Amino acid sequence: MSDSGESEGVQDAGFDDWVDAAEEGTAYYLECPDGHGSLPPRRVCPECGLTDLERVDVPETGTVETYTVTHVPTPAFEDDAPYATAIADFGPVRITGQVVGTDPDVVEDGLEVELEITVSQTTGERVIGFDPLVR
Amino acid sequence: MSPVRVAGAGLTPFGNVPERTGRDLFAEASTIAFEDSGVEREDVEAVFYGNFMGELSEHQGHQGPLMAEAAGVRAPATRYESACASSGVAVRDAVFRIRNGEADVVLVGGTERMTNLGTAGATEALAIAADDLWEVRAGMTFPGAYALMAQAYFAEYGGDREGLAHVAVKNHENALPNEKAQYRSEITVEDVLEAPQVSSPLGLYDSCPISDGAAALVLTSEAYAEEHGLEAPVAITGTGQGGDRMALHDRDYLARSPAASEASEEAYADAGVDAGDVDVAEVHDCFTIAEVLAIEALGLESVGEGISAARDGRTTADGDTPVNLSGGLKAKGHPVGATGASQIAEIAALLAGTHPNSEFVEGATTGVAHNAGGTVASATVHVLEVIP
Repeated sequence: MSDSGESEGVQDAGFDDWVDAAEEGTAYYLECPDGHGSLPPRRVCPECGLTDLERVDVPETGTVETYTVTHVPTPAFEDDAPYATAIADFGPVRITGQVVGTDPDVVEDGLEVELEITVSQTTGERVIGFDPLVR
Repeated sequence: MSPVRVAGAGLTPFGNVPERTGRDLFAEASTIAFEDSGVEREDVEAVFYGNFMGELSEHQGHQGPLMAEAAGVRAPATRYESACASSGVAVRDAVFRIRNGEADVVLVGGTERMTNLGTAGATEALAIAADDLWEVRAGMTFPGAYALMAQAYFAEYGGDREGLAHVAVKNHENALPNEKAQYRSEITVEDVLEAPQVSSPLGLYDSCPISDGAAALVLTSEAYAEEHGLEAPVAITGTGQGGDRMALHDRDYLARSPAASEASEEAYADAGVDAGDVDVAEVHDCFTIAEVLAIEALGLESVGEGISAARDGRTTADGDTPVNLSGGLKAKGHPVGATGASQIAEIAALLAGTHPNSEFVEGATTGVAHNAGGTVASATVHVLEVIP
């Protein structure tokens, strides 16, 4: 699990570890013995309550299931707007992220994407992103 | 189940009063509620109080006792936080407390002070009702979350922005005679469609305003109402609550609200009514798409049909089942912690014939109030009936 006490301050164990892994191309989800997938940090499968959770690689590509272009952001994304937010289906899990590297207006349902950790232009914080396979 | 009487209700005007404190707003609402009820403050046995963002907007936690004090009541007081459903869950527990015989009189309500945060600050504060790690840090806002649902609805069931625009137009029209409403101005479908985009496909006029305000209800047992000769023709006869996964992306449905469906099924069964008995509804229309999802979840419209209900006149004031005759969150305003209790106040007044829009529901006996928290990870539904 995470190295605590890193110089940048306290980490959110589980979540920051996941972002680290996603940045290295090894994003994972948690799978219970019954095969339910969920995102970390988690000790218990929300579907069935089983606690023996195992890390499994997130499939390499996902599909945009729904999206929006946000024009009025929270202060943490003030300089990023307008940006496209999407929910993408990666099979066992769905993930919410920002579609990167493309005009927000070309995002559509069914767009195939890969996970790509990006950075908020406003705060410099890491943000879960989706990189379209075809632009 | 013994009905719980709505003996009195009080609302402050909803709107933009950044200089007024939460305690001042709740003091006003509760004073109106006590005067309306004829109940003495000293008879109150418990205070259930809803509030969501008090720590951020007023640097104030522990609001239960503070608000009991503001209301002039000496009784144990508890704050309920369930995002925008905060006072809906407070009312539900007040109903249980009275029903199980542990109290005869409960003061229940809620307050939110929001406009002092400004638009960006309030947007940030509202966002904490979503999953901080997996939604907020990805840049999702509340309008953004409902926009994701709207887009999913269009893809799954059809419909477009014009259908949503009719919801906003209807609710603005309903608010015209409501003196407590934040927006008392007519708008057109074109106004809605041409307004600046907040989060596509939702624009400025698809969204409820940021509001300050408070709501209070004096609820009593049947026995207390009889003993004190209270004029309280309307009772809460059913209560229900449903829940769903916190993050939208973890839900079974992106274009439905199962938590609200569960809440309504429970509330209808509790009251012994069904959707067909409902004469009038106040639903949680924080965004136009939210009203569409709500009326489908309540069984007032079939799934996929809600998008045309306002446009085709089924939910307008002169329709079969008027929805949001108060103006809804959209035009009346949405001080989030006050909203659930305020919806019950509106239904009680509509059924009692004391609401400026009561003429549209003359002879009505059954109303529902639907209050949602977050992207409907929480939902409460209450059934109110006229019981002479």
